[in-house]
Order: sequence, then C-alpha cells, then structure tokens
Amino acid sequence: MSSDKKQLDLTAIRERLRTQTGRDYWRSLEELADNEEFRELMHREFPRQASEWDDQVGRRGFLKLMGASLALAGLGACTTQPLEKIIPYVRPPEPLVPGQPLFFATAMTLSGSAIGLLAESHMGRPTKIEGNPSHPASMGATDAYSQASVLSLYDPDRAQAVTERGRIRSWSAFQVALAAETDTLKTRRGQGLRILTEIVGSPTLRFQLQELMRMLPQAKWYEYEPVNWDNRQEGTRLAFGQPMNFYYRLDQAKVILSLGSDFLSSRPEGVRYAREFATRRRAQEDPSGMNRLYVAESTPSPTGSVADHKLPLKPSELEQFARALAARLAGGGSGSGDTEGKHGKWLDAVARDLEANRGQCLVVPGEFESSETQRAAHQINSALGNIGKTVEYSVATDAPSNQTAGLRELAGEISNGQVDSLIILGANPVYWAPADLKFGELIMKPRLRVHLSPYFDETSRLCHWHVPETHYLEQWSDALAFDGTASIVQPLIDPLYESRSAHEVISILQGRYRTGYDSVRDYWRRQRPADFERLWTTALNDGVIPGTGTAPPMSQMSGVAPRTERTSGQGQTDTQRDRGESAGGPERRPPGPLSATTSPAGSQQGQQVSAQQRQARPTPLVALQSQGNRKSDLEVGPTGVGPTGSTQERPAPAGSLELIFRPDPSVYDGRFANNGWLQELPKPLTKLTWDNAAFVSPRTAEKLGVVTEDVVELRYRGATVEAPVWVLPGHADDCATVHLGYGREFGGRLAVGAGFNAYRLRRSDAPWGGPGLEIRKTGERYRLATTQTHWSLESRNIVRTGTVEEYRKNPHFVHEKQHGIGPELSLYPEYDYEGNAWGMAIDLNACLGCNACVVACQAENNIPVVGKDQVTKQREMHWLRIDTYHEGNLDNPKTVHQPMLCQHCEKAPCEVVCPVAATVHSSEGLNDMIYNRCVGTRYCSNNCPYKVRRFNFLQYTDKETPVLQVMHNPDVTVRDRGVMEKCTYCVQRINSARIEAKKEDRPIRDGEVVTACQAACPTHAIVFGNINDPNSQVAKLKKLSLNYSVLDELNTQPRTTYLAALRNPNPELGTE
Amino acid sequence: MATVDRPPKTTSPEAKEYQGPPAVLEGDHTYGSVTDKISGIVLTRRTPFSWFLIFGVGFSLMMVFFGAVGYLLLKGTGIWGINVPVAWGFAIINFVWWIGIGHAGTLISAILLLMRQEWRTSINRFAEAMTLFAVACAGMFPILHMGRPWLFYWLLPYPNVMSLWPQFRSPLVWDVFAVSTYGTVSLLFWFVGLVPDFATMRDKAQNGTLRVLYGMLALGWRGSASHWHRYETAYLLLAGLATPLVVSVHTVVSFDFAVSVIPGWHTTVFPPYFVAGAIYSGFAMVLTLVIPIRAIYGLEDFITRRHLNNMAKVMLATGLIVAYGYMIEIFMSWYGSNSFEQYMSRNRMAGPYAPIFWSLILCNVLTPQLLWMKRFRDNVVFLFLIAIVVNIGMWLERYVIVITSLHRDYLPSSWGMYHGTIWDYATYAGTIGLFLALMFLFIRVLPMISIFEVRSLIKTNGRPSQPE
Repeated sequence: MSSDKKQLDLTAIRERLRTQTGRDYWRSLEELADNEEFRELMHREFPRQASEWDDQVGRRGFLKLMGASLALAGLGACTTQPLEKIIPYVRPPEPLVPGQPLFFATAMTLSGSAIGLLAESHMGRPTKIEGNPSHPASMGATDAYSQASVLSLYDPDRAQAVTERGRIRSWSAFQVALAAETDTLKTRRGQGLRILTEIVGSPTLRFQLQELMRMLPQAKWYEYEPVNWDNRQEGTRLAFGQPMNFYYRLDQAKVILSLGSDFLSSRPEGVRYAREFATRRRAQEDPSGMNRLYVAESTPSPTGSVADHKLPLKPSELEQFARALAARLAGGGSGSGDTEGKHGKWLDAVARDLEANRGQCLVVPGEFESSETQRAAHQINSALGNIGKTVEYSVATDAPSNQTAGLRELAGEISNGQVDSLIILGANPVYWAPADLKFGELIMKPRLRVHLSPYFDETSRLCHWHVPETHYLEQWSDALAFDGTASIVQPLIDPLYESRSAHEVISILQGRYRTGYDSVRDYWRRQRPADFERLWTTALNDGVIPGTGTAPPMSQMSGVAPRTERTSGQGQTDTQRDRGESAGGPERRPPGPLSATTSPAGSQQGQQVSAQQRQARPTPLVALQSQGNRKSDLEVGPTGVGPTGSTQERPAPAGSLELIFRPDPSVYDGRFANNGWLQELPKPLTKLTWDNAAFVSPRTAEKLGVVTEDVVELRYRGATVEAPVWVLPGHADDCATVHLGYGREFGGRLAVGAGFNAYRLRRSDAPWGGPGLEIRKTGERYRLATTQTHWSLESRNIVRTGTVEEYRKNPHFVHEKQHGIGPELSLYPEYDYEGNAWGMAIDLNACLGCNACVVACQAENNIPVVGKDQVTKQREMHWLRIDTYHEGNLDNPKTVHQPMLCQHCEKAPCEVVCPVAATVHSSEGLNDMIYNRCVGTRYCSNNCPYKVRRFNFLQYTDKETPVLQVMHNPDVTVRDRGVMEKCTYCVQRINSARIEAKKEDRPIRDGEVVTACQAACPTHAIVFGNINDPNSQVAKLKKLSLNYSVLDELNTQPRTTYLAALRNPNPELGTE
Repeated sequence: MATVDRPPKTTSPEAKEYQGPPAVLEGDHTYGSVTDKISGIVLTRRTPFSWFLIFGVGFSLMMVFFGAVGYLLLKGTGIWGINVPVAWGFAIINFVWWIGIGHAGTLISAILLLMRQEWRTSINRFAEAMTLFAVACAGMFPILHMGRPWLFYWLLPYPNVMSLWPQFRSPLVWDVFAVSTYGTVSLLFWFVGLVPDFATMRDKAQNGTLRVLYGMLALGWRGSASHWHRYETAYLLLAGLATPLVVSVHTVVSFDFAVSVIPGWHTTVFPPYFVAGAIYSGFAMVLTLVIPIRAIYGLEDFITRRHLNNMAKVMLATGLIVAYGYMIEIFMSWYGSNSFEQYMSRNRMAGPYAPIFWSLILCNVLTPQLLWMKRFRDNVVFLFLIAIVVNIGMWLERYVIVITSLHRDYLPSSWGMYHGTIWDYATYAGTIGLFLALMFLFIRVLPMISIFEVRSLIKTNGRPSQPE
C-alpha cells in the first residue's frame, strides 16, 4: 500500500453512515469513503478479484450456500489452487496412486516447542499423524495432542469466515481495513499498537514481529500463554545469573529425581524424554543397567506412576525438600529441618543414591514448581557433575521476558489508555488471562481490536475483527524443537475455510501482504543463501532443517541399549519408507533412515543458525561459573523473585490449603477444548473425560468431608469457583489441583459447557497457585464421566510386577503368579498357521499411560466420539484403553498401567458364541470382526473376559457433517449403529504390507507392519509382528521369562502378551 | 413329576377316614351344563366389566410397548441401560422370564397328560394359551435386543447367495431352534386340542358368521369314532413330542449362560435349575391368571381347590429345586477354589446388587415355604399373592444372573453398573400388556377350558380319566 495515500475523511464517513438506513453493509472505512484512493487501491491490489469482490451479494450468498461444503472445496474444486510450490503436487501426480497414502513431514507447535510429524495424506486429505523419526522431539513417536490435531483440522466448529462485529466479511475487506490501519500507525511510528501473541515458536514469525517492531518502534509485542515457562526461566536465572535453555539426556541418567515434573508425558519433548527414559528402563536382558526414578510430586502424574519411589508433597513442602536436598548435595544451608524430619529417610536415601551416581544422575525440576525449586535442581545437577552429561544447558540469547509480567504490563497500558489498537494473534486472553487482570473488561478499551484464532472464542467475541486462523496442517510456517532444531511446517491441504496464518496477518501490518509460504521461504533464504533450494527440498522432505538443533538424533547417541535400536527407528522407518516409496517420487519420499539425510548438529553452519534462534551451543563452562558466582544467593535464602517466585513468600492463612494449577492432560490450556478425541480421552490416572475436577488426596477429602463428585466452592484470594471434587489416591495432602482449559464460554459445541473455569482463580502474581485456598462443600453433586470406576486389582494377577531383585533371583517369578491351573485341553482343534501369525507384546515396564496410543488408535480406526452422557453410561468406543490400578496404601499407592486391547485369543470366547459368524479366526490368527455380518447380539462382548469389544449402541459416527466424512481413514470401515467393533491389530496396515510384499514376491518383513498404537508409542512399549518367525522382535520378546498372558487360566491363549513391569527400588527404602 | 397326586381312593367325597383331595370337578354338572357354561362365556353378548378393565389395562400397556419398540427401532439399543460390560439387560432377563412362564402350559398339557393326571384337564387349555402368548412375548426380545433387528433372519439356516450358515457353535443359534420349535409345537398342540371344542362352538353358535368361522377352525369335526381315534392318537403323539421340549427349551436357554466363560454364568447346574425355575414361574403365572379369572367367570366348579392345591405343590417342589440350585452355585464357587467365582458369589451377596439378591431369596426361597402348610394352599387370596411374589422372584433371579455376573467379571478396570432406563421398563411393561391383551382376547373368543375333556370327567364320575 502506498504510504503517501491520503488520510481517510472520517467525518465524511460518519456523515454518510448516518444518512444511510436499512441493512446496508459496509466493509471498510475506505469503501465508505468511496474515494479515488480506495478504488485505485482495490484495483491495484486485487486486480483478479476486483470484479468478484464488487459483487457483494454474490459473495455472501456463496459463503452461505457453501457453508459446510467449503470443506470439500479444499479438495480442489472451489478454491483457487495456491501458486506456491507444494511438494506433493508440483507435477501431475504420477506417484499419487489412489488408495495409497502419502506421508509429508510437518511439525506441530505447542507452547512454543515443536514436535516433528509425518502427516498421512489420502488423496490430499490428511487423515493421520505419525511421528517423524528424523525429528529430535519425536523420533518417530507422537503424543496425544499431535495425534488428535487431525480432528481439530476438520472441526466443523472452527471459525469459517472473517467477521467484523460478528458479521461475515471478506478477507480482502479485512486486508484493506488493516492496511489502512497500518498506514496510520506508520505515521505514529506504531504508537498505540500492541500485539499479543502466544509463545512464538516460529523463527519466521519471530523475525517478522521483530521487523515490525523495528518498523514501528513505538509499538510493543507481548508473548503470553497461560502455560508458559516463566518459572523455569526464572529458576535458571536464579541458579546461573542469566536465563538458560536446557534439556535432559535421560538415557544417560541412571538415577533420576523428579521434583514435581511430569517430564515423561507433558509437552512435545516428553515424547523424546520418554523414549530416552525407556531405553534405560528395560531390564529384561541386563537388569543392572536399569535406571531408578524417584518422584516427589504434588499432583500424581504419569511420570510419578512409573516411579520406583514416590513421595507426595505439597508444593511448599516440595520446595523445602528441594532446598534441603540442595543444601545436602550442593552445599549451602537453607534446608528446612522440618522436611528432613518428616521425610528424612527418603531424602537421605535419595541424596545418597544421587551422590553415588555423580554424572549419571539427574534432578528434574517441575516446570510449574517455584523458581526456588528449580534453582535447587540446577544446583544439584551442577554440583553432581551432571551438566553436559545428563542435562545440557545453553545460554538463552534471545530470552523472552517474563510473560506474566508482560501481560500485566499490557493490562496496565490498556487501562492507562495507551493502547489504541490491539492485535491478538492466536491467544485467547479474555479466557485465559489471570483473573485479576480483568482482561475481559480491559479489552473493550482499545479502539481497534483484531483477533486471529481458529475458533470464534471468548476473545473474538469482544474484538472488532475476527480472522480465522489456519490449522498447522493448512499453513506454511516453521517451528523450533526444544533443542533448536528447526522444521518447516508444510501444509497438507488448502485451508478448508477462509482462514489465514499469523504470518499473513503480520505481513499486512508490515505493509505488504505476503503469503506464509513467501515469508517462510524468505526467512530461510536469508539464513542460508547458499544452496537454498536444496536445503528447502531437504527440509520439506525430512521435516528438519539440516544443521539446526543441538540434540543428536537418538540413533547417533552413545550408550543406547541394543534393544532400543531394534525396537525403535529401524523397523518403523523401513515401513514408513515402504509405505511412502511405493507411492512417492524422489521428492515425495518420506524421510529415510536418519543417517541418510540428516547430518548431525555441530557444523559451523548449525551454530550460526541456532544463535539466531535464541538457542546457542551448550556452554556448560559458563553455566558452572555462574553457578559458582550465585552460590551465595542460596545461603541468603529466598530473594524477591517477582511474581513467579517462591511459594514461601506469602504466609498461608491458617487451615487453608494450597492450590495447584496444571495444564489439563487432555485439553491443555483450553485450546483443544473443542476436540472430541481429547475431550473423551480418559485422563491419565483418573480416566476422567469431558470435565475437570478439583483433585484432592483421600486424607484431605476426609478432612473436608467430601467425596468424589461432591461440588465444592473453591475460594482463592477473593475469587470463587464451584468445582466437583475428585479424590485421587497419591495426591499430596492439604492441597488441591485444578486443571486449566475447561469452562469455556465460546469456542465450539464441545468446548462450551465442559468442566469449570480454573482461570477464574488464577492470579498474575501466583500463576501456578499457592497457599490460601479454602474449600467449602456446597452439598450439590455433579456427575463426572469416567471410563474406569474400579481401581483395585482385587488381588488378581492381571498386571504383574516385580522388582529387579526378584527377577534376578527368579527370572520366572512372573509365572508363579498365575491363578489356578494353567492351560487345559480345548474342545476345539488347534489352528495351523503356515504363513504369518500375528502377535503383540506390550512391555508394561515401558508403559507410562501417556495416552498417545489411545488417540492414535482412534484416529487410525475411525473410532467415533460418544459424548459425556454416553461415557457415563460406559459406552465409550476406544478400542484401546489404558487400565490403571492402584496398589498399596491410599495415600501413596503404587500405580500400574496396562494397555488393554483385543487380545486376539487363539481360543477366542467371542468367536464361539457369535450366532452369525461375524467374528471369526483368520488364517493368520487374527480375531477378525466382520461388521457387515454383525447383527449386534453383543454375546461376544459378554463372553470376552477382557471386555475389549465396543458396541455402537446408538449411531455414534457422525455421517451428516461433510467435513467429518473427509476426515475418515478410507482404509477402515466406518461403523453404523448396532454393530460390534474392536481392535483389529490394524488389519488395514497388515494388508497394505501384504500387498507390497506380494508385489515384490517376498514375505512380509519384521517391522514392516506397525500398528497405529505401536507407531505412536513414545517408549516402544508395544511391539507387533509375526510370532511364527523366531527372529522377529515380537517372538523374541515373547520368549522372555517376563512374558505372560492375562487370564491364561481361561485357556484363551491370547496373542497379545505382556512383559511384567519391573521396579528398581532403592534397597534402603524397601519396596514400600 | 415331584408332586404326583394319588387318585382319590373313594368316589365319595364324604368318606370319613380319608377325605382325599377336593374333586377336580365340583358341583352337580351334566354334559350339557358343562358345555353351556364354558361355551356360554364366549357366545354370550354380555362381557363382564372386569374383562374390559383388565383388557383395557393390557391394551394400554400394549400401546406403550409399540411406542417403546418404535423408538427403539428409530434410535437403537442405546436407549436402554445396557453398556459394556453389561451388554445384556432387561431384554434377556425378560426373554428368559417369559420363556420360563411359557413352560407351564406344555408341562400341564403334555407331561401331565402322559402321566394321566386328570386334574390337568380343566386348566390345560388356559395354560397352553398362556404358553403361546408368553413365548410370543419372549420371542420378541432376542430380536429387539439385537443391534440390527431387521437382520434377525441371519440366525436362520436359509439358503443364501453367500452360502453362509449360522454359526452352529453359538447357543444363540440353538435358542432360535429351541424356541421356534417350542413355539410351533405348542401352537399345534393347542390347536389340535381345540378342534373338538371348535366343533362344539360351531354347533352352539347362534350367529351365522361365528358358525362359519368356528366351522372352518373345526376342520370338519363330526365327532365320529374314527375322528376321536385319530384325534387321541395325534394328541398323544404331540404330547410325546412336546414333552422333551419342555426340558430342552430352558436347558438351551440356560446354555446361553452356561457355555460362556463368565463367572456366575459358567455353571453346569444351570440346565436343571433353569428348567425347574421355568416350571416354577410357569405355575406361578397360571395361578396368577387363573385365580382372578375363576372368580370373574364363576368357574369354581371347574377349577377347584384341588387344582390350586396341586399347582401350589408343584410350585413348592420346583421352588425347592431352584433353591437347591442357588445353594449349589454358591457351594461350587467356594468348593471350586476359583477366585473369580468366589468373588462373584461374594459380590452377589454383598456387592452393589445385594438388595436384589436378597429380595430374590426372599421371594423365591423363603416365601414359598409357606406352601408346606395346607391352610395357605387352600387360601385362594394368599395363593394369588404367593404366585405374584414368585413371579417377581423369578424375574429377579434372571436379573441377578444376567446383571451381577456381567457387571464385575475378570478385569476390575472394566467393571461397571447397570440400571434399566425408562425404555427398559416401558418395553417390559409393554410385553405384560401384550400378554394380558392376548390372554383376554383368547378368553373372550375361545373356550378357555377344554369342554370335551371336562365332559370326560363327568363320564368317569371323578375317577381318573382314560384318554385312550
């Protein structure tokens, strides 16, 4: 837009508007002004669309008519093809074989950290997410969020059109409006402009925003997400004197202590950490190398559930504990005697164990624990020589400032009237800003409010303009992983709706509209001018930009147990390559083995790039020095560290509890609240769906006189919220955990009405809670929907566990735990399997209960969402569930997880009782389900001892919404009501491998068939293959003495077997 | 059978030393009076008000049934309370309950016929009709409970292009055969038994249309000796055919449970105890119906205290067998030292459904013990109440078997609870309505007591009848 353009005559516009009557829509100030500049601008900017744009009614009518069917328009019919070069469709799609999926590398960002993914595309429709083996945060696996992201793409509730004050406008109208704004801003050097974004994980967007700030020096840009890393950064600042980035190398750690961190299952890097952790966890062959995990935590987490020793501590106790431990191990004397007394034995044992494993141990501070706790952890790691071994630090060169403080500053500026126009990109501050900032009121102050977000949510409602934001599967962008590895986010599909990315909106503010594609390419061209095109192609192909990042891919690490090598990369990578190669040309080939394309980090180029991405090479030396310098601080005790500081700062009112905020394991901070898969995903440890609750320990519940489902009033520093109680064994006493992300008021059908809004209790000076919570029983009850209602094993040996010691003494201890007599004769003859005999082995030692497999299964197999009402009736449809059992005492139970899916019994009780032969034994030993034949007597479900069959009691699959039809995996039948269904061992994947093998006239290779759950599993707990082949991985696992069948006394002879979980308790602490 | 009544030793009811049981036909009846009395119920224009009342109730409930079924077909079985783990609920409970009720008819008609129990004569027609309608009610449930009921015929071995047979290992397929055979034979037996009475009705009917209708149903019966001879042969043969069915149907139904692997279902005692339970509930239902009808239509002469007494005795005997079944089940779960079975028994007695279990024991085991006492057996009102209690008890028994076994089986993670929904109750009540409506239509249009067989009682003047 020309900068010399004349100012709009606002007075004239007002005048004209006043004289107009009726429903006369106007699109922009310029249009109203209807001056020469505007007409010129319109034709100069959009020559192609000028005439169409003029035809206002036509366009509105079009939008109205097409509404939902715009989804299909994405397939290529109704929207214009983008001009940018997209790798899959650059030429007539010769490699695109109908029915054959293609895989494209992309990445998903959550709280600024990316996980590299491969998206499976069926004829241009992304249907399934797999992990990218070349990406350091994924290593071929995924988490539940990325698995469920496909559903978010096809969500029919997404905002579908640009709106101004709730009325549909065209994108061009918005563009014109914003461009006009930019012009005025330029004249004021950006004064009054504030931009609020989520944590920006995209280097391009960061660069764009920085450029913009340079261009408009008076403008300000704030980054805020409710789940932010303020405490973490503050902790490193306290410990080292400057903010540091760090990541762990759990495969190097023999003894790990978590101080309230759920590092194995939270956030994208949890996938990598889980993998690394599991490599040291497997003990079948060499029990001596097994790691030991201590977890002290307030809220039970999946990480805590796999701990060898767990200690429930409320946050303030945890901080004391951390200080005491730091005092013990790193010198300094601020340890509290009280903690030592109460948990002295535990602390002693942990301290000794950590000390005995100097350089091989690791203390992981909870991301949301106080910065003091974090400082203690860094100090211990440093004192025990772990830096550079189990934890890598790097100076955060471009460290973002404290986000909560930033948001507070923004709030101050707004209330002072310093903000004229507020542009919100992605964030939803009205919903998720700390309640004391009163953002819902403040936001009405700025003159112009623009909101870019995927849903028309709480914030959009209060903004003038709302622009639908593209899903990551429909936009060009880039993203950084935890270690600085950069990936290109490549779209799999044209935007389904009239949506734009943040890159595009920012580019308008920068003065010239540019597509995300151009912005991203320009940025990287500037970074790597030499050989850019090749880099681009490689990056798109591999999903990582060569030369970025600091973490070597797993396969190149030293000290990786040989078993991992087998379980991990190779087999899966082969399969993916095979699946892709059959269809893909050279450019479309999904990433091959790691070594083939990705060069490890460490080149000079890599350093250069990462420096520009606020990630530097590790500088342990600096860290140690600063550590030394800051040691005196510790002795002084807690210093004022601002809003995110110590939980000890504020004296707690007598008799009050501590409040803990946590991102929700399903809907995170609320952004996934309209995702049915995640809403219905049974949360780890509680199996709660569709709601959040206030978690309290059994003892605290007793004290308060409440039971699960009682509604209580939570009063925290003036704010009150009503919430149902969930009594969670293993929770720390005298505190309550609430999860963020629920209680939405706008933002989709599923989001609204689920749970209560914990943000109402949140304070900007205590973002993760603290003392001062009061709980009052209201006497009401609220029904919570859970998928598991009974948590005791009832002394049944369904999940078998033992200690390493037991195993060493008697490798067959597992089999002595069988009930009654063993397999007996069967009435029916044995089957012969000449070719393949499929089987699965699940290593309970590696299962964290992280739920990635559950969503992966749901996405792969078109499993419907049934809704809260149906879940309360126990009709959830998950083919794969994770059973969780608590053992031992109520206050600190041992928790075990067991993925439970169809066991594919050799003597299947379900097959015998089906009157119409709808469930039959296949020639390869699968227990097949023939949906067409099923009449729905449900006898098979009754007769299934594992209760893994799922029945369509009602019409659960949404067959009406067109956009959801597009989402389905075409290889899997969509089931109607009245039909039984269950895990098929991903028979569609077996068949596709069989076709490939037949074409090449060879048997199916081991590792060629990877089930959806197996592919998603971060720890490789699930192994699938041909048990007829003695060399297959699954056959080898089944030969191990830890291998057992669940309910083998029934003589069902399951094909799915389990490897007993081993614990590695510290002899000093015993097995309590 | 367990309760064989000795035939009265003397023809004189006034005998001093042993009074004997009450007569099977009381009052001073002649052939004519019997015929007039029974056929008169049908051929009269006057219908008692209580008929309208009960039929009205039945008909209304039948409409509820159609509504419930309509909604079921529209929405799917999800309108019921079933879930996973409890995938069978009211439908199967009701199926087994109705089938059980259906047992009395054939038992009375066929087995007692073969055993020459002449007291069966005045209740067999009624009991057979009850059987038919009960089987009709029962037969609907397995179809309605299917996820896709319109495909029910896939359970039948019919020729089809896919050359697919049903899966013969499944007890549900056996059920199809057992129930359909039982239904067919019961219908035939009932119809054949009706033929001589159709002829009587044809002859007695004043209305021309009725005469034609009854005449067609009478199949040209003229009462000649050869007719009687063939009739007796056919009836006896059918009785022989029906006899094993009485035992087989509920045995097969019990296989639905016994063949499975679920603790609480997988029990070898099920077949005999199901059959006993079926007869138990069948007689209870006959009593429940016959006592009011006897009063409404003044049939005390035909359905005497002797009948009621005998039926009470059958109930007592089968009730004891059923009690033995409960006991053995609990004993075996303990003796078998299978922890799953043990848990199941404990859970039944002390788990969340314990109130239902103990109600069942009260209804089915304790209350019927009062029948040991003659004064209770002779008290018509009391007998009616006990019969209703037993009907409820037998329904609860099926509830306990189906629900408590399923709701907590092997893996504690999948345990759950089951509660019937409004639609479950509507369907159940609806079938009761259907049953009542059919029953009262039958009473109105067909002779509810076998005229010719009661006449034979007069001929023998109280001595046992000789069917040959």
